[in-house]
Amino acid sequence: MNNIEKIQTNIINEFNMFNDWKEKYEYLIELGKELKKLPREKKKEENLIEGCQSNVWLAAEYNNGVVNFFADSDAIITKGLVSLLLRIFSGQRPLDILNANYNFIDTIGFKKHLSINRANGLESMLNEIKKYAVIFNKNI
Amino acid sequence: MKFNFKKIKSDFPILNQKINGNPLIYFDNAATTHKPNSVIKKITEYYTKINSNVHRGAHTLSYLATKEMESVRKEVKNFINAKTEKEIIFTSGTTESINLVASCFEKIIKKGEEIIISEMEHHSNIVPWQLISNNKKFKIKYLKINIKGELEIKNLKKLITKKTKIIALSHVSNTLGTINNIEKIISIAKKNKIPVLVDGAQAPGHIKINVQKLDCDFYCFSGHKMLGPTGVGVLYGKQKWLEKLSPYKGGGEMIKNVSLEKVSFAEPPHKFEAGTPNICGIIALKEAIKYINKIKIEEINKYEKKLLVYAYDKLSKIKEIKFVGTSKNKAPIISFTVEKCHHYDIGQMLDNFGIAVRTGHHCTQPIMQSMNINGTIRISFSLYNNKQEINFFYKKIKEIIKMLK
Repeated sequence: MNNIEKIQTNIINEFNMFNDWKEKYEYLIELGKELKKLPREKKKEENLIEGCQSNVWLAAEYNNGVVNFFADSDAIITKGLVSLLLRIFSGQRPLDILNANYNFIDTIGFKKHLSINRANGLESMLNEIKKYAVIFNKNI
Repeated sequence: MKFNFKKIKSDFPILNQKINGNPLIYFDNAATTHKPNSVIKKITEYYTKINSNVHRGAHTLSYLATKEMESVRKEVKNFINAKTEKEIIFTSGTTESINLVASCFEKIIKKGEEIIISEMEHHSNIVPWQLISNNKKFKIKYLKINIKGELEIKNLKKLITKKTKIIALSHVSNTLGTINNIEKIISIAKKNKIPVLVDGAQAPGHIKINVQKLDCDFYCFSGHKMLGPTGVGVLYGKQKWLEKLSPYKGGGEMIKNVSLEKVSFAEPPHKFEAGTPNICGIIALKEAIKYINKIKIEEINKYEKKLLVYAYDKLSKIKEIKFVGTSKNKAPIISFTVEKCHHYDIGQMLDNFGIAVRTGHHCTQPIMQSMNINGTIRISFSLYNNKQEINFFYKKIKEIIKMLK
């Protein structure tokens, strides 16, 4: 099991502790609130992923063989999910990111936030994460 | 017939289900309404008994389908009080109705001329005009809205010039719920001999429509927002206009004669109905109108107004809620923002409780810009909603705000 899979398993275990959807959302909202603020210079137009409903900002840096992601959203539920994605993908090697899946979102019961087409920018954020990984992988 | 809520609710089978473990509360009626059993039954009946193409078959089924479909024109004509059935064109919905008129006007409007729309229009009454204005280089002028979300009609006279070719405005704002004083707008336009198109998407089924009394030149609406099926709509056009305008799409059914050199067109309304129409949808639309007529539009209007007032009173108690669109004259639509909460979060949490609302800009980005917001939560009622549902909504939104803040 690689690092990304391990983190996903941990997240699934965390969410399994909750009894109902309300507790899950409370935790997700908590994660959203705790997400480190995106540095001002990174919250710029070119990092903006516009959703039909809420927006996501995503920036990436490549250092010492791993990609560090920085992200934010204007909606708190989206931000909670963003926080989970950062926990999984930030600090990983480009190749691992490219090979990773993100089934955990489905497993923990938040799939609707990904399948709401274009609504919240999350799907595009995942595509962008992969795109960054492709670019940095080529540069190795 | 007395307004019998229990009976009405039981006519809509979709409402009898749980969403995410809770009984469905459907407050997204401005997007689309549900369909009563009679409409659903008609759809099945059409495909099981009379499905065939209209106006051209030499056989019994085609005759039956044609007869049924053409009978809907009369039903629609009576529903909106048009002068003749020839003034009723079937389209796929409000959007196509507006696009049809815009495309026809493209041939009439010249470079440097003007049209007037408003800041509160749905994108479907903005973009069709922008598309043709790009081609023809004419100017689109916008009637402004005030802080209450009402059209600033007093500004209309200043916008009108000798170059104004058409005024296209909504009857009811889909985002704000404002019922515009289109009577007044039309009377100003008439004095200046300017035709008026009314985007009526949000009005029929909620308020009585009388196109002759309004004296508008075009009135556009959709079936699916008034208990009918999706994919069917109406363009009402004054006969003199329909005779004058050239068709905007070509094909079967809209012609009189075609040779390799030339074509002559059929009379309106068929002139504008190229291709096989949504026969089933049109036929089922009749059932929707019959359903509304049975309960009576005045009764529906009275009942929905009660719900609107009740919901306003209730939601006003929540201090975080700020209403967007506070006109006194409103359709059963309430738009609001919640302090420090994003509309997406509220919408998603409500969905978890089985409550369907719409969030976002509602395809009216110019309103959002004018009001300096990026979206609202919109609840919109229909005849099958009730006060208990509003109470549940009130309780849950309070809970959600507490969670999100």
